[in-house]
This record gives sequence, C-alpha cells and structure tokens, in this order.
Amino acid sequence: MIRRPSRRARIGQWVFLLAMLAGAWYLASNAADNLARRHIAFGFGYLANTANFDIPFSLIDFGPDDSYARALLVCVLNTLLVSAMSVVAATLIGLLVGLMRLSSNWLIRNIGLAYIELVRNTPILVQIIFWYVAVLHNLPGPRQSLHLPLGVLLNVRGFYLPVPVMAPWSRAASLLALLLVVASPFVARLTANGKSLGKLALAMPVLAALLFAVGIDHVDAPSLTGFNVTGGVQLPPELAALWAGLSIYSGAFIAEIVRSSVQAVSQGQREAARSMGLKPSLMLFLVVLPQALRMMVPPLTSQYLNVIKSSSLGAAVAYPEIFQIFAGTVLNKSGREIETFAIVMAIFLSINLAVSAAMNAYNRRVMLMTAR
Amino acid sequence: MSEAGSINPAAPDAGVTAPARSFERWMGWLRRNLFDSPANSFLTLAAAVFLALVLPAVWNWAVTQADLWGDSKSACGGQGACWVFVRLRLPVFIFGQYPPSEQWRVVVAVSLLIGFAVPALRDGTAHRGLWVALLLTLFPLVAGVLLVGGVPGLPFIDTTLWGGLTLDVVIAFVTMAGSLPLGVLLAYGRRSRLAGIRTVSIAFIELWRGVPLLTVLFMAAVLLPLFLPNGATVDRLVRAMGALVLFNAAYMAEVVRGGLQGVDAEQEEAAQSLGLAWWQTQTLVVLPQAMRIIVPGIINTAVDLFKDTTLVTIVGLSDLLGAVNQSLKDPAWLGLAPEGYAFAAVVFFVCCFAMSAYGRSFERRLARGQGRQP
Repeated sequence: MIRRPSRRARIGQWVFLLAMLAGAWYLASNAADNLARRHIAFGFGYLANTANFDIPFSLIDFGPDDSYARALLVCVLNTLLVSAMSVVAATLIGLLVGLMRLSSNWLIRNIGLAYIELVRNTPILVQIIFWYVAVLHNLPGPRQSLHLPLGVLLNVRGFYLPVPVMAPWSRAASLLALLLVVASPFVARLTANGKSLGKLALAMPVLAALLFAVGIDHVDAPSLTGFNVTGGVQLPPELAALWAGLSIYSGAFIAEIVRSSVQAVSQGQREAARSMGLKPSLMLFLVVLPQALRMMVPPLTSQYLNVIKSSSLGAAVAYPEIFQIFAGTVLNKSGREIETFAIVMAIFLSINLAVSAAMNAYNRRVMLMTAR
Repeated sequence: MSEAGSINPAAPDAGVTAPARSFERWMGWLRRNLFDSPANSFLTLAAAVFLALVLPAVWNWAVTQADLWGDSKSACGGQGACWVFVRLRLPVFIFGQYPPSEQWRVVVAVSLLIGFAVPALRDGTAHRGLWVALLLTLFPLVAGVLLVGGVPGLPFIDTTLWGGLTLDVVIAFVTMAGSLPLGVLLAYGRRSRLAGIRTVSIAFIELWRGVPLLTVLFMAAVLLPLFLPNGATVDRLVRAMGALVLFNAAYMAEVVRGGLQGVDAEQEEAAQSLGLAWWQTQTLVVLPQAMRIIVPGIINTAVDLFKDTTLVTIVGLSDLLGAVNQSLKDPAWLGLAPEGYAFAAVVFFVCCFAMSAYGRSFERRLARGQGRQP
C-alpha cells in the first residue's frame, strides 16, 4: 500500500511551501514597514517597564509601580485560579447530573436531561454575562447582605468567605500536612514485607487534615461594620460570574461524558456483578464507575482544555485574566501588538500542552488494558 | 404491558373497563418509574418539591405577572418580566441598525436560505447533491448581493449597520461555507505522505485548536492591519469572519479526518484496482462515504460555531448579544437585564436545539442504515 509520492506531488509540495514562505515574507515586511513608521523596535524589553496601572484582584501583591512582567504573572495566576475552580466545580456538577441521567427515576432523569439541553444549547458568553449583569449586579448592597450557610455573605460586591487564620507556629505543621497529602498516592503503591501499604496511605490525608486543623488560630469570618463588610476573603462578582458560567456550561458537557462512558461499560460486567449478588449501588461504585472513569479521561481532557480556553471570556466581565489584562490594558498602554499577542498565545498554548501532557500521562497509567 | 396481559390467560384486568385499565397502567408506570424503592420515592418527592418551588416562580415571572403591551418602562408595573422592552426592541435585536425601509432584503435572504437549506437537508429530495451545491454557491451570491446592495434598485448598506440575529446567521453561514472546504483540505494535508504538507497542516490545526477563539478574533481586529500594506484596510466584519473561518477550519479538519479514517482502506484499494486515479478515488469513493460518517460531527461544529458568533460582541460588532447589551444601556430601559438576556438565551436555544435535534435524527437514520447492511 505504501507508495512513494510521485514526482509531480513532490514538486507541488515545494511550490506550496515556497508560496507560503513568500506570503509570510510579504506580511513580515509589511509589519516591519509599519513598525518603522511608528518608530517601534520589536522586542520584549518592555516587559521590564513600570505597569502604571492597578489590577483589582490578584493573588500576589501588585501595585502600579510593578513591572509588566509581574502583571503577567498576576494574570496567569488569575487564569489558573478560575480554571482550576471551574474544572473542579464542573466535574462535580457533571458527575451529579450524569448520574441523574442514568437514574431509574423518571423525574430525576428528565431534570438532568432538561439541564443538559438547556445549558448546552445556549452560548456560554450569554450565560456568563447573565450571571454577572442580571444576577450578581441585582443583589442588595453590603448593608442588606444575604447570609448564606457557613458564615458566607453575599452582596453586590461578591461573596465574602470566612478564612482560617493560621497560628504563627503552625507553618511547619501545614508544610508537613501538604507533604503527607502529596506523598499518600505514592505510599499507597509501596509494599512492606509483601504487604500492601494501601490502608496506611488512607490514614495519611486524615492525619494531614488533623495537623492542619490544629494549626488554626481562629477563623476570620466576614461581618458587617458600618456600610461595609470586613474580614474574610472577598470573591469578586467578576470571578463568581465567570466561575458560575464556566462550571455550569462545562458541567453539562461533562455530564454527557459521564453518561456515555457509564453506558459504554459492557453489559456483561453488570450481569457478572449482579450474579455475584452485589447491590445496585455497590455495583455502580465497585464495578461500573471504576471502568467508566478510565474511559472518561480522554474526552474529559479536551473538556478541561476548553474550560481553560474559555476562561478568556472573563474579558467580557472584566475579570483580570491573561486576555483582559494583556490583550486589553497592556496592549493599549504599551502599543506592542505583536509581542503582546505572541505572549498571550504562547501562554495559552503552553498551559494547554502542559495539561494535555499531564492528562495523557495519567491516561496511559489508568487506561483499560483490553485484549481486544 | 399489553403483550404481557394477552399472554397471561388469567389477567386480572380481563373484564375491567377501558378507563380503569388505563388508570391501572398509569399506576403501574408510576410505581415502576418513580416509586420502585423507598430511596427512589424520596428522590421523587424531593424533585417534585424542587420543581414546585421553581417552575411556578418562573412561570409567574415570565407569563402571568409579565407585561407585554405598552410603549415605555412605566407600562411595566408588576413583579413579572417587562417584555415591553423586548417587543419594542425586537427590530434592533433581529436586524441591528439595518435601515428599516430595507429590512425586507434580510427577510428575503433568510427565506432563500430556508428555501435552499430544507431540500438540501431533507432525506429523499431528488438531486440532493445539486441542492447542497446551490446552497454553497448560488445562494451566497444572491444573498450577498441582496444584503450588501450597491446594484441598481438596491442601495448599498455598509456592514457597520448590520447587526442583531441577522449578523449571527450571516457570520455562521459564511464561516461554515468557508471552513468546510478548508477543513477537508487540511484533513487531507494531515494525512498526506508529503512531509512538508503534513507538517504545515498539523502546525496549523494544533495552533488554532490550542488558543481561545477570542485571541484569534482579537488578532484579526487588532493585529491584521499591522501586517497589511500601509493604508490598506479590510472591512471589520470580513476580518472577523476570516478569523472564524481559519479557527473553525481547524476543528472541521479533525472531524473530517475522523471520517476519512472511518472509511475502510479496502475501499480505496478496490477503487485503485479499478484503475481510478487518486482524485477520482477520493471524490467518488472515499469522500461520499466519509461524509455520511461526519455529518453529525459537522452539525455539532455548526452548533458550537453558532454559539461562538456571540464572541464578536467583544471585538465591537453588534450581534444579538451586542444589541441586547447596548439596549440595556439605554437610560429609558435600565435594570431589564434579566429580560434581555433571557430573550437572547431563548433565541439561541431554539436555533441550537433545532440543529442538534436534526443532527441526532441524522445519526439515528445512519445507525439504522448501517444496521441493515449484512
């Protein structure tokens, strides 16, 4: 079947490549002309310049005196924050709704279906703006804050969450707790004297949680003082709207992934489980889900990548992520179109590559080894 | 149910009247589907309580307590939705700033689209391929002349005046028509034996698939003028559509590639052994079979694309979402965001749901067709 490409095809290929090169050369020379006319030299040195603008929400300290490079770090962290929050929430929503779709209960099944159809067939941008403008902006002011469970306050300025304040001496304990959590999956696979350490590994996260809890000095709960809310951590409405939009939208797609993967687990597996006398719930958790989870990994990966890419829609609600800050503010202030877009695209591409590499490595480990 | 009853000679409902039997059937259905275990009964009741709380509230807001008639916000006194806003702004939501005296042109163009699309999409149309070809060649020509104008009898309408749902439909159609052929080319490029072509295709596809659409649209809006000769300009709408075509073609290429891989290699070998040239093999044997497999994928891409047309709002074009955004800034209609966005959501939902329903029915027919084969 393998034939060598004909001579004509190879000549065609070279003509095509040369034409592409010529096109690229033409565009680049135009750009060079235009930049020369504006007396701008191409280069990334401007990243060291002072930003002269503030970012309303940042995980690390940022002020107008900091450089563009630090602004880049701030907004990359913001993008990663909202992406991580949305991936977790969307997975939980997707798992719940996907299982609802599989329920034997007619009402539950169809509520799940209605959710999926309603959410999947509406643009995500409409949803994000709806949450931001129509819901979060119509909330009462701080004085009339809504009191949610667990001491959470909700008003027009966003969510206010209570945060634990750690005692100064607990640094080491928290570090140890983190170490325990990270190490537990590795310990689970170790064996000592031929016995698996799996059960011991299960105790490690519990121990970590205890270590962490001991270190809490007090809980800083948000409270009303005068006309404002003090204490706690503020989740700005921009972040909340983007989070809600991304999680609810992607949750519907993940629900479909969950449903189709569970239905793809072969019928023989279920029959075998039933013939061994497993209850339906045990069958679901011990036989069906572990196999379905493996099938879910590749489609979930592309869904997670979609979440990360869609986080750029934060620009529509002015959430300070990469796109809003770099393709917006920095571009306007520095006038460096080419460099700025190169940075934005490079960051999205590398986040995407990193996530898909990690998920692919995970997939290779858990993939079903069917001897088909 | 009825088969079971007829098999069992001592069926309990043998002599019962019809209404009673249908009542029994109802009860049986309820028992099986909603109350077959204590846990399920609890879930049913919880779901029923949830629906009883949510649905009447939505219904009251959207229908019973809503106001539709009137000509200003003061006509909306109730607790419900103020549809007066949507009703009065409907022309803007649908046609944008297209001059009212010329809006019939949009209506004619959309009717033509339906006129061409229905025979092309329906099963059992005679010369279906011809209709598809007309939809992709003759229709864009006629509709383009109608919408742009500039010929005797049809005054020129600048694309800056286009907007509303019309703009979403125009962008979606042009992007689909442009990205499908480009996607087929890219899919072949990716499968090519020529290393140069293959590398370029893979780089193109993976680059577009790795970045957000918003970046691509912004690049077309901000970066493209920098790469053109000094003074040359391209229409803003054309730039956005070009960006969407390139972006969408990368996704389309992956759909088409899946279809090409789904055609058995034997088909290609058989065609070659019959003496068909590569070109004939592909157009007469491989592509027609691949197309059948990829139509559901194409429709999914089209639904995604139609939803993504809302993103042009961010680069300053005023599609349906943009028209709603702008109308909400009108001081006479402040605070009506729920109504405006609910309307936009419903319009998009109806369009996208119809498209996905067509895709699903196509898939079902396809599955049945394949099941019939030996």
